[in-house]
Amino acid sequence: MAAELHVELVAADRSVWSGEATLVVARTTSGDIGVMPGHQPLLGVLESGPVTIRTSDGGTVVAAVHGGFISFADNKLSLLAEIAELSDEIDVQRAERALERAKSDADASAERRADVRLRAVANR
Amino acid sequence: MGAQLRVYKRRIRSVTATKKITKAMEMIAASRVVKAQRKVAASTPYATELTRAVTAVGTGSNTKHPLTTEAETATRSAVLLLTSDRGLAGAFNSSAIKAAEQLTARLEAEGKEVDTYIVGRRGLAHYNFRERKVVESWSGFTDEPTYADAKKVAGPLIEAIEKDTAEGGVDELHIVYTEFVSMMTQTAIDSRLLPLRLEEVAEETPKGEILPLYEFEPSAEDVLDALLPRYVESRIYNALLQSAASKHAATRRAMKSATDNAGDLITTLSRLANAARQAEITQEISEIVGGSAALADATAGSDK
Repeated sequence: MAAELHVELVAADRSVWSGEATLVVARTTSGDIGVMPGHQPLLGVLESGPVTIRTSDGGTVVAAVHGGFISFADNKLSLLAEIAELSDEIDVQRAERALERAKSDADASAERRADVRLRAVANR
Repeated sequence: MGAQLRVYKRRIRSVTATKKITKAMEMIAASRVVKAQRKVAASTPYATELTRAVTAVGTGSNTKHPLTTEAETATRSAVLLLTSDRGLAGAFNSSAIKAAEQLTARLEAEGKEVDTYIVGRRGLAHYNFRERKVVESWSGFTDEPTYADAKKVAGPLIEAIEKDTAEGGVDELHIVYTEFVSMMTQTAIDSRLLPLRLEEVAEETPKGEILPLYEFEPSAEDVLDALLPRYVESRIYNALLQSAASKHAATRRAMKSATDNAGDLITTLSRLANAARQAEITQEISEIVGGSAALADATAGSDK
């Protein structure tokens, strides 16, 4: 088994997911970044977007992250986000409705949030 | 039934009703404390990770940022006071307000102007009644604050600190809230949120841990730019949650003593009512005995 890194995905009001993983792909402000075990210590600003975590048992966890930070040190990776949702928790219909509503209200941030949710579901 | 006895009975009934209400409020508060404590615990991972990250950037780079640099002569401070929307919580609100007033006096003695920001209707009412200036106030969420509420509160404060002092900005940000120490102890404390003292933040991270040299993505300045407002929000969120938990604990305690007092009052009143009833019976008996004796005397006299 390849080396593993410990991932903590925490939102402001709860811990969303934690476990062992072999690869984490997230989007920072300067582009997508993939973190594997043994990466050099890193602290970055995340864009809103889906985060993909390849767990050590071969599964994939996708989460929608709305702004936040990624920090990696000592084989421990923390994803901090104000709002984070696992793709399994996202209600597709509700997100689609929210997207429609946001488009008609021209609410850019709500539209972005709904869009991120839907993208996370599409990656699942 | 005698008049006095009737009065006692009526008072017992009314106190019993009050006791039922305070008992219910005590139980509601007790369940809310547990919920609020759980929320404090749930927000801890985020806060600790954020603190670690802030320490890492602060100590790992020589970046200067308005939120971390002390103004040489601070002329204006913002004070954020956290109170509750509703009373019936013992000294909860008054001690928070008192702490804020002491802090304000101290800052004014240092020659700083103080801008007051208030959360909670109680604190606002106190300041409005005394016609003191409040820059901004929020209310309606003090029982169960969410992260969005914390963001709402933090927004104008961060804006004020980023503005130049000459244009109405502030140099410092203090927060006064009630720390939840335990179910029995809650203390009103004030702390300076900004400018950040990195040494203090560093103390909060576990001892003996050596912070690695981070690579910053995209750059240390940008990371710090994004990180510090989040840090302030998370600290305000934590303070709001602690304040809510403290408020519920204070309500629980106040309602518990109200219930106890009502119980005592009922005991005293029932004793008095019993004595009044007994006195009434005694009086009736002596009236009957006296009456029959007088009657007997009268009939005995007429027989002769």
